Amino acid sequence: MTAYEKLKMVRALDRPKGSDFVEGLFTDRVALCGDRRYADDPAIVGGIGYLGDQVVTYIAIDKGRDMAECMQKHFGCPMPEGYRKALRLMKQAEKFKRPVICLVDTLGAYPGAEGEERGQGQAIAENLVEMIGLKTPVISVVIGEGGSGGALALAVADRVYMLENAVYSVITPDGCASIIWKDASRVHDAAECLHITAQDMVDFGVAEDIIPENFEDFPQMCENMKTRLLQDLQGLKKLSVSHLLDERYNRFRKIGIYEENGKVKQ
Amino acid sequence: MFKRFFNRLLKRQPFPEKDFDVVCPACKQASSHLSLLNSNYICPDCGAYIRIPARDRIRMLADADSFSEFDADLTSKDFLQFPGYQEKLDKARESTGEASAVVTGVMRMGGMECAVFAMDSRFVMASMGSAVGEKITRLFEYALKMHLPVLGITCSGGARMQEGIVSLMQMAKCSGAVRRHSDAGLLYLVLLTDPTTGGMTASIAMEGDITLAEPKTLVGFAGRRVIEQTTGAELPQDFQTSEFLLTHGFVDMVLPREKQKETITLILKQHGKETV
Repeated sequence: MTAYEKLKMVRALDRPKGSDFVEGLFTDRVALCGDRRYADDPAIVGGIGYLGDQVVTYIAIDKGRDMAECMQKHFGCPMPEGYRKALRLMKQAEKFKRPVICLVDTLGAYPGAEGEERGQGQAIAENLVEMIGLKTPVISVVIGEGGSGGALALAVADRVYMLENAVYSVITPDGCASIIWKDASRVHDAAECLHITAQDMVDFGVAEDIIPENFEDFPQMCENMKTRLLQDLQGLKKLSVSHLLDERYNRFRKIGIYEENGKVKQ
Repeated sequence: MFKRFFNRLLKRQPFPEKDFDVVCPACKQASSHLSLLNSNYICPDCGAYIRIPARDRIRMLADADSFSEFDADLTSKDFLQFPGYQEKLDKARESTGEASAVVTGVMRMGGMECAVFAMDSRFVMASMGSAVGEKITRLFEYALKMHLPVLGITCSGGARMQEGIVSLMQMAKCSGAVRRHSDAGLLYLVLLTDPTTGGMTASIAMEGDITLAEPKTLVGFAGRRVIEQTTGAELPQDFQTSEFLLTHGFVDMVLPREKQKETITLILKQHGKETV
């Protein structure tokens, strides 16, 4: 399957969305709302629930399952208040020493006048700075589309997983095509050039591993995901806070490919 | 590190003295480079703020002979063989004489020592790829080790799409270095200059303890055209300017060029000990 086919696949309305994964992965949930500063952004759902027998804070970007939901959730493009709500729940998780599981599926942060007035860039930036130092384990799974800074704002984590057909990109391939070729219809070429597939993410050290998809038996797929996440959490919970934070820092510190004194470093 | 760095200083002057003409993009009048350096890069004919190359920014703010550059040989690599990227890099290196879109190092301002990075919009729109991310991260790590404040002079088109997802990760990498520097109680001062957008606004440009902005500077996350196309909204004239950000509470002050040196030096003094 080409990168573009994967992109089309993860954007399909019938693919399971953030809320489906929340329902499939976490039991006995208490959903929490609002950023305590401005509003509640329905594009990001979050709360406290059980992953197996482990209490966790879950945060998911939700594109919506039908047209009405999609409209209400801006097709999963979060507003600044969405990122601030996510941060509020993460800080709460840190206080109560429970791990955070983030599920990412977005075209990107919402591009709108209100978002700019309320500091879309600042909201994302604050999440990056806070997440890299959050004193509790964080695991992020890109379940569909990982769109740019709007996705990264929930993915500065100890482990990042890609679902089999999920994509992760610095810019939407559509946007990239209109910049390079002044032709948004060349999205297919842009998707190839940008290297957005799950395997690309593993190759660049951006993701640890790929999680197989099986939407015919979604409950079983969630069970398998649950086992994987619980295994990781067991390992991460054994680390001291300073060790955990050092590893998270180094996880991102080492990413980069450049030339120095004529030698390629990566 | 120091040895390499002093060797390089002997080889290369950080600020070339040869004069040349700079054309004002607003009124097309040519002015001598040396005269612009003495007049804050403000066009003598029309008063427009001309965009300042990174090295000149530092030259204008630093005490004489106080700037030492870091990692001058660190440069970008077209590792995705992205269409047109190698040509863009070659052209940028050729036309600017720089190896990357950011100049980093240490300098003094009014005797106060600080680490500094300045971005250069002439170099692939100062977008942030691996080279920029690595240089800025190293700068913060150095400043942390030496207990120095950091002055960041930003301008950028955002993450560098030609380096794909690796560019996006530079936002997290740099933010990590900012966080460690901040946790040590050290000052990070940001001066936003035209244009600061996209992933730069969504990371290190908005992570300062104190955020200053030049007048009439474009600062935003999403592009104006994208917003108009997505929402159909008509945007006000001053949308995403530094004045707009001041009104909405996202910068501390809009600071004209004439006052930058004085104000930045004062803030550095308020946060540290004098070394000279």
